[in-house]
Amino acid sequence: MSAPNKSYDPVQVTTLNAEEVDRARDAALASIAAAADLETLKRVRLDHAGDRSPLALANREIGALPPAARAEAGKRVGSARRAVSDALAARQGELEQARDEQVLVEEAVDVTLPWDRSPRGARHPLTTIQERVADLFVAMGYEVVEGPEVEAEWFNFDALNLGPDHPARSMQDTFWVGSPDAGLVLRTQTSPVQIRTMMRRDPPIYVIAPGRVFRTDELDATHTPVFSQVEGLVVDEGITMAHLRGTLTHFATEMFGADVVTRMRPSYFPFTEPSAEMDLRCWVCHGESVGNPERPCRTCSSEGWIEWGGCGMVNPRVLTACGVDPERYSGFAFGMGLERTLMSRYGAEDMRDMVEGDVRFALPFGMEL
Amino acid sequence: MRVPLSWLREHADLPPDATGHEVATRLVAAGLEVETVDQPGHDIAGPVVVGRVLSFEEEQHANGKTIRWCSVETGEGDPRGIVCGALNFAVGDLVVVALPGATLPGGFAITARKTYGHVSDGMICSARELELGEDHTGILVLDTGHAEVGADAVALLGLRDEVLDIAVTPDRGYCLSIRGVAREAATAYDVAFHDPADVALPESGDGGRQGRIEDPTAADRLVLRSVSRLDPQARTPLWMQRRLTHCGMRPVALAVDVTNYVMLELGQPLHAFDARRFDGDVVVRRAAPGETLETLDHVRRELHPEDIVIADGRGPVGLAGTMGGTATEIDAQSTDLVIEAAHFSPAGVARMSRRHKLASEASRRFERGVDPALPPAASARAVQLLQELGGVTYGGSTEVDLPRPDVTISYPVDRAERTAGMPIGPDTVVAHLQAVGAVLDRPAGGVLTVRPPSWRPDLLQPADLDEEVIRLVGYESIPTALPSAPVGRGFTAEQRARRRIGQALAAAGYVEAPCYPFVGTEVLDLLGIGEGDPRRHALRLANPLSEEEPFLRTSLLPGLLLALRRNDRRGMHDVGLFEVGNVYLPADGSSEVPRPSVGGRPSDDELAALDAALPDQPWHVAVVAAGLREPAGWWGPGRPVSWADAVEAARVVARAAGVELDIGHGAEAPWHPGRCAELRRQGAVVGHAGELHPSAAARLGLPAGTVAMELDLSSLLEHPGDPLQAPRVSTFPVATQDVALVVDAHVPAGEVEAALRAGAGGLLESVHLFDVYRGEQVGEGQASLAYTLRFRAPDRTLTVEEVSAARAEAVAEAGRRTGAVQRG
Ligand SMILES: [Zn+2]
Repeated sequence: MSAPNKSYDPVQVTTLNAEEVDRARDAALASIAAAADLETLKRVRLDHAGDRSPLALANREIGALPPAARAEAGKRVGSARRAVSDALAARQGELEQARDEQVLVEEAVDVTLPWDRSPRGARHPLTTIQERVADLFVAMGYEVVEGPEVEAEWFNFDALNLGPDHPARSMQDTFWVGSPDAGLVLRTQTSPVQIRTMMRRDPPIYVIAPGRVFRTDELDATHTPVFSQVEGLVVDEGITMAHLRGTLTHFATEMFGADVVTRMRPSYFPFTEPSAEMDLRCWVCHGESVGNPERPCRTCSSEGWIEWGGCGMVNPRVLTACGVDPERYSGFAFGMGLERTLMSRYGAEDMRDMVEGDVRFALPFGMEL
Repeated sequence: MRVPLSWLREHADLPPDATGHEVATRLVAAGLEVETVDQPGHDIAGPVVVGRVLSFEEEQHANGKTIRWCSVETGEGDPRGIVCGALNFAVGDLVVVALPGATLPGGFAITARKTYGHVSDGMICSARELELGEDHTGILVLDTGHAEVGADAVALLGLRDEVLDIAVTPDRGYCLSIRGVAREAATAYDVAFHDPADVALPESGDGGRQGRIEDPTAADRLVLRSVSRLDPQARTPLWMQRRLTHCGMRPVALAVDVTNYVMLELGQPLHAFDARRFDGDVVVRRAAPGETLETLDHVRRELHPEDIVIADGRGPVGLAGTMGGTATEIDAQSTDLVIEAAHFSPAGVARMSRRHKLASEASRRFERGVDPALPPAASARAVQLLQELGGVTYGGSTEVDLPRPDVTISYPVDRAERTAGMPIGPDTVVAHLQAVGAVLDRPAGGVLTVRPPSWRPDLLQPADLDEEVIRLVGYESIPTALPSAPVGRGFTAEQRARRRIGQALAAAGYVEAPCYPFVGTEVLDLLGIGEGDPRRHALRLANPLSEEEPFLRTSLLPGLLLALRRNDRRGMHDVGLFEVGNVYLPADGSSEVPRPSVGGRPSDDELAALDAALPDQPWHVAVVAAGLREPAGWWGPGRPVSWADAVEAARVVARAAGVELDIGHGAEAPWHPGRCAELRRQGAVVGHAGELHPSAAARLGLPAGTVAMELDLSSLLEHPGDPLQAPRVSTFPVATQDVALVVDAHVPAGEVEAALRAGAGGLLESVHLFDVYRGEQVGEGQASLAYTLRFRAPDRTLTVEEVSAARAEAVAEAGRRTGAVQRG
């Protein structure tokens, strides 16, 4: 690019008059406005603001004017050039923005396309429901205790006030490990864990014992030889049935919601005395199916109540067998079947679905209940 | 125990309008588990009336059947013509007629219909059609004098009733009777109770059969009453048949039905012997070695020396309180009977019933404890009924009554309050204990002396009385309170780790599948787990559900792989499963499992011996997967699951457990010998991972390429690492160096990496293998491994010289350990 005023074409000096400057400016502005894309605008910039553009030439000629005319001419050309460069900058901005927007439009995809490339996993609801119960009681200060599944007959029966001839013992449908008189069983209940805990710890004891238990039932829609229980045990000074009832009511509310209705009725377990059964009001029929053949209820078999679990005050004989002084301490224990809870709470209808490992059962439950 | 409401009402003055469901609710609150309230006869509708047969004509039909075309008077209008297939009635007999428009049990609708060439205007009913029993050999003929023609047969026969079905818990044996349930119902409604055991005892007479108890631990009471001249024509009246039927027993013949009826009414099992078949005295004793007995179920049984038998001069004639024998069984010709009522040892009967796998109505009652006061009354009641219904002559009785231990309980009058956690008050306590039947002394000082009633052998200690008092106050009045637990320690480290592992595997795309622990040898054969493998050494169940799967698992894989196959066969081909569970490893040399006394805490040695006798039961975690690990889709093809996914699953577990795993080549069934990783922690093998052996997968019917991983979780969690030293994060720049090493293709990449790490020294930040190449350019049997090494110092920017020196050391160490040569 040549420096101004070094040489000039005298023919073009005529362009310096005011009309010519205005015309050149207007032509430039019109072209800028008409530029539809960045490519056109680049050419327009060259034509109207480049070195060879009329306004650039006019600018160069200012120096050739008589000094008196220079100021005015300089002002006129300068203002025209500024108008053109402002317009160029503005248009440049507009067109760049339009281009960027267009790029985003072109990059758009169908976000509803599936992208299920990572396999989905899940935990079994029997595990997560057990964890939920554990969390609830741990939050109340309990600890979670565990024991062996292949258990000494002595822990599973004798220590629980189930002597060799106790009628309840034959009701238990026990799996015997080895020979029937070898003294080993698959535990029929999680209660031996309570015994182990009382043997190991001194009161106060606040524990829950979740785990798998075993009975010789064939698998069908409502029975399984392997199932899950969670048991609770409290041994402390001054423990009463009111404490038992309060604890289970709290438990029921947390598991089934604030509107759950519970019922406690007398029952029998060798290791508790007094013993009770805790029932839940059927949340499907609310008891309206009882004695009402027109409106039978499958959930509660038209009994109005659903058995939730057994409980009671720890039998003083059991405390004695564990070396706990029944004159000083009392305690309560409770036990719930988790399959039953799952069936009741989540409408699981067939026990087989829970035990066969079919992924379609566990997947909807995800990671936590 | 099935309890007809009509029978209950005879002994408890229940409100006339109380329904079966209402009574059930009261009994449930008192501690009886009423399972259902059945309503027999409530499905009988429309006209079912008493009719009189005026005449009939017998017709022989082409199909060989003889029918009677009867004219039956039914009370209104002209006699009806009714076709009847039975032949056991005579003109003038009263029968039950279901008229057109009636419905019989089971929804059987009666219409006037054409049959055997006549229009039968109704139906003459059999006992079974009315649910009065099983008898379907002929129609039901009513006793004349008891019914009028046209009367409503439903009301007359008491067909409509409500029956409470009660599951009697082991402590409430007395409720295996109308007597016991009526007592509870009367208490629950606070109305009068009429004890059916209040029977006038007949004179003892002198024609009685002599009885003897030879073993006082077998029985403590024996009453024998003799009757003779039973009318062989006498039938069990309909009302008794109906009650027996409603209680779930089958009417048989009068003498047997009477003993069953008394058992249901009072709870005392009775046995009636044919006196003429019974040789000599009635003896209660233990069985002698070698004795046998054929019981009424026609099974010849070898007797055990502990069995309690009733014997005559020739030998055992019945298992006491369990089942009689065929030799002295009464039959249709029996006219002279000996009625035996005894109180047998509950434990003795329980053991005998278990030993012979023989549970009867009698054994169920004796096991739970029968009222020892009952034998005289129950046998007298049977005699009374046989006199009324069978015209017998009473011949007298004998009795043996041995002393029984006396139970008295010192009972602080405020104890029930302290147990329940609510005020009850001494008067209420006394009233409720009396309602139960206890006899009390109430001295000053607040401690009662309580003698429980004879029918409550379960009441032995103060806690037992607590339950009686509190249940009669009502469990529903117990308030709620929360005990204040001391501060707890939360979950153990192992419990937290197990939960994290489950969450991590689920997040990694595996579905938890807890499996049964039962396995058979077949699946181990299919997996190629051979005879010498320690996993073959398993505990066996004495009574497995299936003889195919009698063992307890020593590995989680069989169960998981079968679950995987189940999914595959159900159309879920791309599946990954996991389980966190126990396996059971038999202890070496079987030690005796001790059985300490339960009178107090066993000694620490005894407890240790108990634990030592148990098998080791470590936790394992296993993963199996088949099909595609990443599915095919619009993005392209899927990625089949591979051995590497199984190894990675092990790493997922290790990371969740917070431990490091070392991985080497392994060779273990059921894995592919060239695609099996051995998983080690601190030098010890803790598991394996990889692709299944192709033949194992094929034999088990699993998809080709199925992978599996199993870790001994207990070992993995056993020794936690040293406490972690928190890292100081260096802000100086990283220096990155790439290096390509050529090694023999058999050299494990893991060893090369270990060598690089060892050689590179403390400045090394990370090693990353970014390429593996085998081909012409590196020569036959060689592999090129390309690594990125990142170096960084905590306190300075590294110089080029430092970095190059560290890299050279790394390469040199790799060369020393693995023969690696830097690629040119
Ligand atoms: Zn319901």
